[in-house]
Amino acid sequence: MTDILAVTDHRRGELRDVSYEIITAGRQLANETGGDLHLAVISGTVDEFAEKLNREGVDAIHTVDYGEEFNHDVYTQAITQLYDELAPQYVLAPNSVNGLDYAPAVATRLDLPIVTDTIDLATDGETLIATREMYGGKVETTTELEGSAVATIRSAEWPQTEGTGDAAIEAFDAAIDEDAIGSTVNGFEEVGGGDVDISEADVLVSVGRGIEEEDNLPLIEELADALGATLSSSRPIVDNGWLPKNRQVGQSGKVVTPDVYIAIGISGAVQHVAGMKGSDTIVAINTDPNAPIMDIADYAIVDDLFDIVPALTEEFQ
Amino acid sequence: MKILVTVKEVATVEDEFEIEGTAIADQYLGADLNEWDDYAIEEAVQLQEAGVADEVVTVTIGPEECEQTIRQALAKGADRAVRVWDDSLEGVDLLDVGAKTELLSAVIEEEDPDLVLTGVQAGDDSFGATGVSVAENLGYQWGAVVNHLEHGFDDDAASVRRELEGGVEELTEIELPAVLTIQTGINEPRYASLRGIRQAQRKELDVKALADIGVDESAIDADLELTDMYEPESESDVTTWEGSAEETAGELAELLRDKGVAQ
Repeated sequence: MTDILAVTDHRRGELRDVSYEIITAGRQLANETGGDLHLAVISGTVDEFAEKLNREGVDAIHTVDYGEEFNHDVYTQAITQLYDELAPQYVLAPNSVNGLDYAPAVATRLDLPIVTDTIDLATDGETLIATREMYGGKVETTTELEGSAVATIRSAEWPQTEGTGDAAIEAFDAAIDEDAIGSTVNGFEEVGGGDVDISEADVLVSVGRGIEEEDNLPLIEELADALGATLSSSRPIVDNGWLPKNRQVGQSGKVVTPDVYIAIGISGAVQHVAGMKGSDTIVAINTDPNAPIMDIADYAIVDDLFDIVPALTEEFQ
Repeated sequence: MKILVTVKEVATVEDEFEIEGTAIADQYLGADLNEWDDYAIEEAVQLQEAGVADEVVTVTIGPEECEQTIRQALAKGADRAVRVWDDSLEGVDLLDVGAKTELLSAVIEEEDPDLVLTGVQAGDDSFGATGVSVAENLGYQWGAVVNHLEHGFDDDAASVRRELEGGVEELTEIELPAVLTIQTGINEPRYASLRGIRQAQRKELDVKALADIGVDESAIDADLELTDMYEPESESDVTTWEGSAEETAGELAELLRDKGVAQ
């Protein structure tokens, strides 16, 4: 029997989508050998969260009522204690920014191997087979490990579990050692406000690393002007300081859903795709026919953006 | 304050490539300084320039060929470097988080820095877990995905911002000694100057075998085994226009007009 302990994610009073996805991933693994699926919900309004997480296929929900918001020391202590109590085969955590802030510590403290950012998981009860990407999504790999393990799951790879469950909801009395809490979360701040809200735009002309230099940016601005579109970008452009943070599309930037999204010189890293895959029509202009952006594009031009963009601008001037 | 920065040389892959077994064929691979580590180096060097850090040491797990990458870090301002390697690491096709944790922890313990900076993840294997794992292993505090670090260190604590999803940042105080995993965009990494490059040649680059850092060979036995590698199947039914730039741009212009763009 392969019992699973899956840890849920929440922020500022809201469960995050990956919490319902991790139920699907956990249930799938537990089903393969007929095990139980345990959920952990730690900090915040845990009883309210537990009611919402009580979906189909969940056997038990363990609430740890300690503190309001995420603190990795509290999570690490609570999860390792739950592991000792429940002895699950696998601990699943979201591959979120917070997941990456506690899951490696949990694995190290429990002396378990860790496999992160998985996009598929399978087990026969002894071997865990994890599918993950390498080299920025250019290849997929399978990795295998024996025995118990910690695995983190990439968001949006498993569907969210729906349906009401009949899980046992139990308060878990974790013994949190306050002296061992070495960090304090003092608050949150929304960033990237500014004058333009790219999430409201109907047409986005979005530029990525392929633009090479800041001096080339006006080429894209001219196209956006000619199309009456709004200019947005992938992460490297903002990292370089070429455009302000409020233009960034992606997991750590804005989620956008325009009618038309034109991705220029954007390879389509998973963090970027997470922010724009809901666009109605996606057009990619890229020299690499195998770039991940091609997997979600509706239309593509495999060519040099420095040839295509001026030609396209001319069409509309 | 002493700062240690973990530096990795990552494999880069050409647009077109072939897979042999569970690896990309050598001729399609290049090597580069891990992008996230570049930001970590820059942050450490800025702390040194601000008079906060007395010494910046880099540590790298890798064969002799990666010394060029290490010299890049030295040229940007790190004071000296440690490189860990020996025969037992040759031919390991996936050095997992547990193995890297053992090796890096041994060096960090010996160096005893106040602050360890690592990149959030490596551009090749992308585990994103080693920094936090090392912190836990050594009893250091930590913070993952840091995109701002105050240089004051009041009360022996690092005041950081962690970049959460959806344009939200978390403001956190972390006691020292600590490991921070550094996100891209925290600063603007410098190019190495010619003078820096010349100076880097004379900086100390220590090579240590496992025995030198007191790590038993069994500690690097990976728990994870890479069993398959393949190109992901495209699920897309993308329409690709072909022809000259004028022709393909014309096709796209027609589509955009159909969609009501620029009208």
